[in-house]
Amino acid sequence: MFSIFYKELSGYLNSLVAYITIGAFLVITGLFLWVFPESSILDYGYAGLDSLFYIAPYIFMFLIPAITMRSLAEEKKEGTFELLATRPLTDWQIVWGKYMAAVSILKLALIPTIIYYITVYQLGVTPGNIDSGAVIGSYIGLLLLGAAFAATGLFASSLGKNQIVAFIIAVFICFFAFSGLDSLSQLISLQNFNLSALGINEHYQSISRGVLDTRDLVYFLSYILFFLLLTKTILGGRKW
Amino acid sequence: MSVEVQALTKVYGPQKAIDAISFSAQPGRILGFLGPNGAGKSTTMKILTCFIPQTSGTASICGYDVSSHPMEVRRHIGYLPEHNPLYLDMYVKETLDFMAGLHQIRDKQKRIGEVIELTGLGIEQHKKIGALSKGYRQRVGLAQAILHDPEVLILDEPTSGLDPNQILGIRSLIQELGKTKTVILSTHIMQEAEALCHQVAIINKGKIMTDTLLPDLYHQHPGKSLEQIFVSVTNSAAAHANV
Repeated sequence: MFSIFYKELSGYLNSLVAYITIGAFLVITGLFLWVFPESSILDYGYAGLDSLFYIAPYIFMFLIPAITMRSLAEEKKEGTFELLATRPLTDWQIVWGKYMAAVSILKLALIPTIIYYITVYQLGVTPGNIDSGAVIGSYIGLLLLGAAFAATGLFASSLGKNQIVAFIIAVFICFFAFSGLDSLSQLISLQNFNLSALGINEHYQSISRGVLDTRDLVYFLSYILFFLLLTKTILGGRKW
Repeated sequence: MSVEVQALTKVYGPQKAIDAISFSAQPGRILGFLGPNGAGKSTTMKILTCFIPQTSGTASICGYDVSSHPMEVRRHIGYLPEHNPLYLDMYVKETLDFMAGLHQIRDKQKRIGEVIELTGLGIEQHKKIGALSKGYRQRVGLAQAILHDPEVLILDEPTSGLDPNQILGIRSLIQELGKTKTVILSTHIMQEAEALCHQVAIINKGKIMTDTLLPDLYHQHPGKSLEQIFVSVTNSAAAHANV
């Protein structure tokens, strides 16, 4: 499994994929946080990273599927999947190795944003006047949200040989799980079903308040496991 | 016997890709798997390498059954799939290092050096696979297959698309490997089977037509070349099927 993880990670880092996605993420969040007047901290006047954590899920929704779209689709298209599957490796190890590599890229994208935190920390009228608990909670939430998107992306990538199709399916599922369920739950006829509890947004918001609730943690872990299990099942589909 | 196949059958939907085939192969003998396109050669090889499961029948490699002990089987085989899929954006050494890692080979660098030497990849070893010519890519595929020193080598059309010089190079390599290992290779080039194989199995429409040592085959069909034998065996089957 470690070999797969290492190969995938170096595959990302040796090509432009990782740098472009990380770069795009940082540029977009930077613009929203410091430049665009409606969301910039300087205009807003409060020492908080709220706009970062508001915009980041929407960026992840597009960038994470872009990272994961090739991971299995390309192996299938090039036929190298046969190479992997006939080595002493279980399908779980293949899925898990690839998943961990995608999550590592995600972490690499998040690490530089700590600079935003330090900046805001220093900029407060009394330096340090920032709700650090909420920021830490939000980071954990964002990481879990990204990990959930990565599992979705990997699943979409396992569906076929076409990367673009994988990308579009992944974006759609991510969008639906993140805000689609939320919006659906506002339909009058569905109001009794508490649909928003199934959506990612509700749990993301809950963690962002700085309260780590086991319910939210269990939600994210089971979401990730569900999609990884689906991925593994689809890979095993050649055996049916 | 290091490869034992009994009544192996694979059904794809309404079509029988292979139909109750049985054969065996042993070390020191190269088994040539001959047959027209779509005869079921690749399907058999995919089952032997645990890529897809059989519908019925059994197959075992070095005493390990492919359906009950797939991990053991995979440790004992080296497989060169059809069309030789490779990670084109990896370097030669990088890809060998990755494969060595998958097999948990102990002294990786030493073994990779040996295999590069053996397959004649020396001058191209620092290139990306995508930059290699077809012949060298084929060598990389072979290097990957023999890296963990498997007892059984399964090569699906190892020389397809190569120029005559490259074919000779790959053939002599296979011959060398065949002295100690069990080699099963598929081809539809008759000259190649004649030059390389000790034992020949002709497969047509999922059924094994003949499976004998090459000298015995000539003996059964006196005065005919392998090509003529192949044509008569595979066509008589077609005629038979029509009746």
